[in-house]
Amino acid sequence: MFKVAIIGSGPAGLSAAARAAALGLSHVLLEKTDHLSDTIYKYQKGKHVMATPSNLVLRSDIDFDAGKRETILGIWDEQIAGHKVNVKYHAEAKAIRGTGDPIPGSVQQIVSRARDGTKNVKEIQRHAPPYAIELTNGETVMAENVILAIGTQGNPNRMRCPGADLPHVQYQLDDPAEYVDEHIVIVGTGDAGIENARGLAEDPAQRNTVSILNRGTEFPTAKAANVSALMADHEAGKLTVRNESETKSIEPGWITLTTRDGEIRIRCDRIIARIGSAPPRAFVEECGIEFTSEDRGAFPKLSPVFESTAPGIFVIGALAGYPLIKHCMNQGHDVIEFINGNTDLKPADEPIIAAKFANLPGNRSTEEWLEFLRANVSILNGMNPLQMREFMLDSEAKFYAPGEVIFERNAPGSSLFGIASGSVAVEVNPADPSITIPIETGSIFGEVGLISGRRRGATIRAAEDTIVVEISRLAALKLQSQVPSAKKAIERISIERQLLQMFGSGLTREDVAPLVEAAQVQEKRAGEIVVTEGADDKDVYIIRRGSMIVEKQIGDRPVFLSYLPAGSYFGEMAVVDGSTRTATVKAAIKSEVIRLPGEGFLELLEKNPRLRERALKDMEGRRATNAFIEGQKDSFSGAVDLYSKTAQFLVDNGIGEATDVLLIDEKLCIGCDNCEKACADSHDGLSRLDREAGKTYAHLHVPTSCRHCEHPHCMADCPPNAIKRGPDGEVFIDETCIGCGNCQRNCPYGVIRMDAKPPKKPSLLQWMLFGKGPGPGEASYSWRKKAAEAEGVQKPKQAIKCDMCSGIDGGPACVRACPTGAAIRVSPDKFLTFTKLTEDAE
Amino acid sequence: MASKAAGKATGGTGRFTQDEQRRDSDHVSFLKHKGFRWLWIALGLCGASIAGYLLIDQQPRPNGGTWYGYTLGTIGFALILWLSLLGVRKRRINPGVWSLKAWTSAHVYLGLSLIVIGTLHTGFQIGWNVHTLAYVLMLLVIFTGIYGVWVYATLPQSLSANRKEMTRKQMLEALTAIDRQLESAAQPLGRAEADLVIEALGQDIFAGGPLARLTGSYPGCATARALKSIGGSSEAATRVTALLEKRSEQLAQIRGQLRIRAMLEIWLFIHIPLTIALIAALTAHVISVFFYW
Ligand SMILES: Cc1cc2nc3c(=O)[nH]c(=O)nc-3n(C[C@H](O)[C@H](O)[C@H](O)COP(=O)(O)OP(=O)(O)OC[C@H]3O[C@@H](n4cnc5c(N)ncnc54)[C@H](O)[C@@H]3O)c2cc1C
Ligand code: HEM
Ligand code: SF4
Ligand code: SF4
Repeated sequence: MFKVAIIGSGPAGLSAAARAAALGLSHVLLEKTDHLSDTIYKYQKGKHVMATPSNLVLRSDIDFDAGKRETILGIWDEQIAGHKVNVKYHAEAKAIRGTGDPIPGSVQQIVSRARDGTKNVKEIQRHAPPYAIELTNGETVMAENVILAIGTQGNPNRMRCPGADLPHVQYQLDDPAEYVDEHIVIVGTGDAGIENARGLAEDPAQRNTVSILNRGTEFPTAKAANVSALMADHEAGKLTVRNESETKSIEPGWITLTTRDGEIRIRCDRIIARIGSAPPRAFVEECGIEFTSEDRGAFPKLSPVFESTAPGIFVIGALAGYPLIKHCMNQGHDVIEFINGNTDLKPADEPIIAAKFANLPGNRSTEEWLEFLRANVSILNGMNPLQMREFMLDSEAKFYAPGEVIFERNAPGSSLFGIASGSVAVEVNPADPSITIPIETGSIFGEVGLISGRRRGATIRAAEDTIVVEISRLAALKLQSQVPSAKKAIERISIERQLLQMFGSGLTREDVAPLVEAAQVQEKRAGEIVVTEGADDKDVYIIRRGSMIVEKQIGDRPVFLSYLPAGSYFGEMAVVDGSTRTATVKAAIKSEVIRLPGEGFLELLEKNPRLRERALKDMEGRRATNAFIEGQKDSFSGAVDLYSKTAQFLVDNGIGEATDVLLIDEKLCIGCDNCEKACADSHDGLSRLDREAGKTYAHLHVPTSCRHCEHPHCMADCPPNAIKRGPDGEVFIDETCIGCGNCQRNCPYGVIRMDAKPPKKPSLLQWMLFGKGPGPGEASYSWRKKAAEAEGVQKPKQAIKCDMCSGIDGGPACVRACPTGAAIRVSPDKFLTFTKLTEDAE
Repeated sequence: MASKAAGKATGGTGRFTQDEQRRDSDHVSFLKHKGFRWLWIALGLCGASIAGYLLIDQQPRPNGGTWYGYTLGTIGFALILWLSLLGVRKRRINPGVWSLKAWTSAHVYLGLSLIVIGTLHTGFQIGWNVHTLAYVLMLLVIFTGIYGVWVYATLPQSLSANRKEMTRKQMLEALTAIDRQLESAAQPLGRAEADLVIEALGQDIFAGGPLARLTGSYPGCATARALKSIGGSSEAATRVTALLEKRSEQLAQIRGQLRIRAMLEIWLFIHIPLTIALIAALTAHVISVFFYW
């Protein structure tokens, strides 16, 4: 029986084990592989590992500093041996059971969802420690305390056909260059599978015969860019894509497939299965550990000492929601101290959090400030002290004097504000700043930016001495997944405000209260129809997030009428004049709408004649657009068709979720690549756009370049949270990037590249006069490599992408550098209109 | 950059209005830029010069040596220097709030106005001297420029159509892939035929020199030759023929791309050196005028 068993030897588990060894606690470190720290072990060879955040001190018995993957792993191996840590390899935990008495009233509910949406709830009675840890090899390890540090990788899904356990079936590919002269079958056509297949087939000198199996004929889980590259390789004969094929059985040297045309047996020396991985959540829940919500992004519920809902089981590291190595190691150290009875230990991030409160008036300690915010801001009420600390790492507390601007109308921003003391005034009428609406202590503001991803709708000033907490988008998302009541409150307030804003001033909260009550938030898939032309349903919708396109059937084809960004409403025509729907409205991208019952909406109009007027005026405008396009259709049907198809093409290429996107009119583009050169010369010598790549329709080309999405996919999973929205609305990556490549994988448009900053080039003058250096634009790879070697310092590969030339006078260099006017940057709400799309640009 | 993110929650950097204008921009070519602004300015300049020429009584006769002639000469010289600066502007994007499209638009129209200003400056006195040399060089630069504008306005569409969403790299990769298939498909062929294929594969696709590149006609194309000579109905021969056809289509695309790009660029190889010659000649012209008045 051990005092502690630590499961997982990543940075978190390692550090915990080393602390336990140093304190002389009886311990065991269980690791499922045959080496330490598998996640880091699997990084690319030579990867430069970064030690972010730089302002956090490391508190661990094991050393860690930025450096090469190999060096770091080497040091860890050595020090773990030096500390005489009791490591048990090939020890994969598959279940953890309490062996003590049943804990009264302590029942774990596990909710699982089937594909068809039905829920299944399973209940497990928790038992007191000590715990029995069952390993996959049949052994059992007993421990009083368990520390779960298994990271978030989970397990790859396994193949299940006969022969799946043969040694030539593998679930990972480290180095495609390692294999030569083999017949290799890749199973699974997600991004990982496609990348592996292409990697293995890339160099003909390796003489591999590569096939990739696709269950259907589409590639729903892969990025479009990957799919087209794969198909190109297939066409080119580099590899074979086998559609509608599944494995039936595996034998040494051969594989049998079931295909549409029956069974076939082909040669096969190696199988690489990339069929996704199961997140560790199911295993964790089975141990009696509750998560904060059903959300896929939710983390286990933890106490301030990292204890889960199962007494004696602690969760740390990436699994606990801390994805950086330094955080992980600090927690490993701390959790052992806690288990060992050290209750005075202050968290390592104390100085960082203390600094956040340093400039606020009113001498309070960090704990008192955290409690002050938690108690006063209503959406934070449901948080515990540990959650508050973590929350504060991604948030800021700020003081504003009366009259000071907190944010301005049209400023970009996706953070949420909570008022901890004082109150603010919202300038609802841009023409007359004296008209304001107050928001009081405890409430929130800024939620529109958070939810819709669009710019601030009004200027907000402090009305008195005010302390607010600015909650970053990330922290706000976490908060909503951790505290369901906060999510509800934010939703309610946002609906109310959206209604108040919809028709400008003049409405009060009481006016809209019944509608808010009846409102319903609905999610819509991309392409899902919300309103159907000719139907006679009577609801009004507000677009809360995402965007919609309006279409009308004219003749035998749907014609694109207009594009509706988040914040717009639709469906009011049928309600006001009782007609059937005059057009079809469908989601351009994944969206959320607020559905308001028609009667409630009518009632509101009846009570407010001014509002009615506004609505009628808006309707007038929409009718005019429709009539205009219908009119054009009679006389210029070609132009309307072109407009309709071009709009659809742009929406298909992600313009619907863009805020600022580069387009190239190929009727003007002379192919000089001056845009790319200017981009490279404005940004450390690397171009962030690929002009030629990308799709084209009717000579309108969408190059591979960032669209600055309303809700950037790239932000989803960035460990140091390095991707932000800047002051001009640009999505940019700051220097804390650790080069993990998550964003590159998450961006559906393939616009992020990973590369090292090259050394500076000789000046333009030197080049023009003496031919020194590579000249304007991105230097060739070989020049960069040589110059970097000459300079001696190796720079890490980091993620780079367009930042809309923020900080550069005059705006985006690509557009400014185009000699003919072919390159333009536009936003969808302005560009997806008849005049812009059919304009003849020569 | 981090400071920027943490920075003010208020107002941004004040680029918003500028950005909004840009996002709302009409997509308009350099020729139509701002409603032909520079065309009108150039026409005004020409009109004024002609009016001055006709109205001002120049003694003893209109030429470069009268005060009006000096004025036109100075304007012309300044214009030429400014026009040449486009070469620098094009390669130096920062700092400064400016757009190359506006510069090109102004360059074209003001450059054209030099025909009028320069000619009036000569007072129609042409001879075999450095002065006339400068004048002729100027006209040559201008005429190549006119060709440039013509190709800029007419060729991009074909460039786009020829590309079919492929990048240069992809075109070359597609060719390599076909070649790899050809190599193995040609194995069963007879010696003579196989040699034809090997010759086709071995030929540098860029062979043919600048003339071939510009005209798109490659009389020495080994792929075409192989395609003509390999016949027969054996399985191998049909397969090789099909692949050779694919190869020649791919070659045609690459060559089309090269040809259009060459036509879009070739004139700059005259325009720029002549500009340098022009500035040299102009310098000589100015110095000689001042020294030997
Ligand atoms: C490509 C990439 C680059 C990155 N670069 C950086 C960087 O430069 N700097 C940085 O700070 N962070 C970086 N990160 C993030 C960092 O690697 C992780 O957040 C960190 O490794 C998490 O540590 P952990 O200890 O919680 O879990 P992990 O490191 O994931 O370790 C979990 C361990 O548990 C083992 N295990 C899992 N399940 C079981 C089981 N059932 N039984 C027994 N053992 C089990 C695994 O084999 C593994 O060894 C990067 C991540 C990636 C993917
Ligand atoms: C004496 C007059 C002129 C001079 C000295 C001059 C000089 C130049 C120079 C130095 C360049 C830069 C080329 C490069 O670096 O790539 C240039 C480009 C160009 N010039 Fe002229 N030019 C003159 C007149 C004209 C005229 C009259 C026209 C058109 C009618 C014209 C059209 C162009 C065009 C289209 C470009 C290319 C712009 C680009 O691709 O960026 N030029 N010229
Ligand atoms: S990098 Fe990709 S996901 Fe991120 S904002 Fe740009 S286009 Fe959108
Ligand atoms: S910016 Fe991209 S590569 Fe860099 S740390 Fe974030 S997700 Fe990883």
